[in-house]
Amino acid sequence: MPPEAEAVAEQVFAALADPTRRAILAALAAAGPATATDLAGRLPITRQAVAKHLALLAEAGLVIAEPGERRRVRYRLQPTPMQVAQQFLAALARDWESPLSALADHLDQRA
Amino acid sequence: MAFPDRIERTVELAHPPQKVWAALTTAEGLAAWFGDEAAIDLHPGGAAWMRWNEEGFTARMRVERVEEPTVFGFTWGIYGLPADDPRRTYVEFTLEPAGAGTRLTVVESGFAQLPDDAHSKAYEGNAGGWAKELAELASYLDAA
Repeated sequence: MPPEAEAVAEQVFAALADPTRRAILAALAAAGPATATDLAGRLPITRQAVAKHLALLAEAGLVIAEPGERRRVRYRLQPTPMQVAQQFLAALARDWESPLSALADHLDQRA
Repeated sequence: MAFPDRIERTVELAHPPQKVWAALTTAEGLAAWFGDEAAIDLHPGGAAWMRWNEEGFTARMRVERVEEPTVFGFTWGIYGLPADDPRRTYVEFTLEPAGAGTRLTVVESGFAQLPDDAHSKAYEGNAGGWAKELAELASYLDAA
């Protein structure tokens, strides 16, 4: 894995370590692109706090700022970094212990 | 390197390679210990699948290497990624005689594949496609 992928994964995990940022990402995933004001209306945090977290998420490449209506900036989820992190999780989640012990049991039963 | 690209496990089995081979490469064998149901077309390029009924999950594989009774390899999708994601991991079983039994090694590699530009573009294209479809639907409904 190239070092940049590891950096990408690290930023994803750092972003997800904070409950407010998880809530922001979940809101964007559930309802699509939104402005900082929209998000502040839906989450129990101030617009200033939302803006601070959005700036960090944009820096990490997890959201992209794009022009919205009335020249207000909208934020959209950027899924590619999540997929890089997901591959790391897939390697950790892959369980060969259980199937291999099931194979041993299966062969023993047929012996 | 904190990012594992491959995982490897070895198990000693008290059965000869030919029996282990049958358990790994036949639908009957795979359905008995790995999935709940299975089918396999055992030649390189052949299709195979396993289904887990409780989870309602089906894994689709492509047979890559068939060297009876020593090497069996297949590719399958990366768990957790979308079903149409082009990235796949490669699983290879190696069987070595060990006394009267078999030393079985499984190596799964390819976890650290990066989404390449083509993939990113395809994904972006897809996301853009949805936005466009939804906008078209909105104008259609507005016009009605």
